Amino acid sequence: MSQTNGPDMNIDLLKGSDRSLLQRMMLTQEMWIAIAIFCLGVIVSLISAKFATTGNLLNVLQNACFIGIMALGMTPVLISGGIDISVGSILGLCGVTLGILLNAGAPIGVGIAGALLLGAFCGAVNGSIITFAKLPPFIVTLATLSIGRSLALVVTNNEVFYEFGSATDSIIALGGGYTFGLPNVVYALIIGILVLHFLLRMTRWGRYIFAIGGNEDAARLAGIPVDSIKVSAYAFSGLMAAVSGVFLVGWLGAVTNAIGTGYELQVIASTVIGGASLTGGFGTALGAGIGAILVEVIRNALLIAGVNPFWQGTFVGGFILAAVLLERIRSLRR
Amino acid sequence: MHTLASLEDIVMQFGAIRALDGVSIDIHRGEVLGLMGDNGAGKSTLVRTIAGNFQPTSGRYVLEGEDIQLSGPADARRHGIEAVYQDLALCNNLTAAANVFLGREITRRIGPLKVLDHRSMNNRAAELFRELKSETRPADLVERMSGGQRQAVAIARTRLAQSKIVLMDEPTAAISVRQVAEVLALIRRMKDQGLSVILISHRMPDVFEVCDRVVVMRRGRKVADKQIADTSPEEITGLITGAIHTA
Repeated sequence: MSQTNGPDMNIDLLKGSDRSLLQRMMLTQEMWIAIAIFCLGVIVSLISAKFATTGNLLNVLQNACFIGIMALGMTPVLISGGIDISVGSILGLCGVTLGILLNAGAPIGVGIAGALLLGAFCGAVNGSIITFAKLPPFIVTLATLSIGRSLALVVTNNEVFYEFGSATDSIIALGGGYTFGLPNVVYALIIGILVLHFLLRMTRWGRYIFAIGGNEDAARLAGIPVDSIKVSAYAFSGLMAAVSGVFLVGWLGAVTNAIGTGYELQVIASTVIGGASLTGGFGTALGAGIGAILVEVIRNALLIAGVNPFWQGTFVGGFILAAVLLERIRSLRR
Repeated sequence: MHTLASLEDIVMQFGAIRALDGVSIDIHRGEVLGLMGDNGAGKSTLVRTIAGNFQPTSGRYVLEGEDIQLSGPADARRHGIEAVYQDLALCNNLTAAANVFLGREITRRIGPLKVLDHRSMNNRAAELFRELKSETRPADLVERMSGGQRQAVAIARTRLAQSKIVLMDEPTAAISVRQVAEVLALIRRMKDQGLSVILISHRMPDVFEVCDRVVVMRRGRKVADKQIADTSPEEITGLITGAIHTA
């Protein structure tokens, strides 16, 4: 590797570089985000004593994990050159399904399995329409964003579920509980990062996801099953939205049909800030997780600094623009 | 010279358009065959037929004495027929080694899992680049490579399998003069290893430098099939434009 331009995405991940581990770490976008999170944390804790309290930090971490798990799902989709803006609605539909199943007396395992299967199925539907009808991913998932949210309303009939039968305690313990001093969902995110990192780096599936994002025609000519790989990427995104939904329902202790509304923007912002390219070809598991933490820290910092929460959408939109501009500048330098 | 494959009376009809009108060509072992013709003369259709992208409307395709019908490029590869496309069909975001092995990755088992064997792929790719006398490094990203190095990656792909025929579609169209020499050297090395190379090119000097034989297409027909030693650039130009009808 001859260039040493600062935040250099996951290029190092894809090649056996001759640099030392520490040198390589310093070149990754993940490292820069981690530094940004740290600096921001120091500044905010100087402004307000409320930031650096255990309670607030754990709260930030927990919020970031719900988004981060979905960002892990978004990562392969973005790498393959697609986008999934329906994840908030998939989370919503899976969340209410979990609520309905448990409310009807289903055991917790059945409820969770049902929600996860539904999530993967919704994603597979997205992927199949995109692949086989050859429609733009943005348009397809915009449509399913609307459909998913509407179905959540239809199946709940606008009812709120806060009674989960025999599973009430266990679902609340799962989503809201702690293990070794950290919220359970943190472990889910860590496991998710490790699994996705392995999938992207060490398996043919991961290699093909990158290949499709790099040059779909070349991937087809090389005999890669492009269509099924793309469908699987969207199915994975749907599955991760459902995983996030299960934890979120447990944490909230109730399900409304508005659960997950608007999450897609934070998820996409996190993934892109973490180094995934909106034009495809690049992205990492760790970047998605760390990107989610940065977005959440900034949101929290703004709240603590007393900025009107109405501004939050402006900031999230600003992050997406900034990250895309950064990517453009980087690709011009290449 | 030993005949490796032959196309006999190939017709390719697209609706009302007859893109190939009874073309017969022999492909010889260890020979570089130049394929020339103006745009729309049927060169690309012919190449795509050989590479398995198109199934001919009629005609025979014989490889090593046996009739074959290719269902697609993957099937062609199984028969030892590899194509290097004009746009090279590489993934810029992947390393040279990843591109060489794309679709045929080496894996190793860890328990029940099959994982990519990066080390073996890098080593084997390095070997292939050495054979091709290219300075391409396996772990470098393709997007940072010169045109010549990219050609080396695309050609190394064809060397993975025991290929017999390598089709090269305009390999020198979009690269610098120095890199043209590099690519022509790569073609000679493939020939030395006993491969049949079919070079599709618009560039007369390239064809006369590396090819043993040249076929000229015009309006879906073969209008000339001559040893390079028996022809001249002027004659070929005349055949391409139609100033000379057949030779």
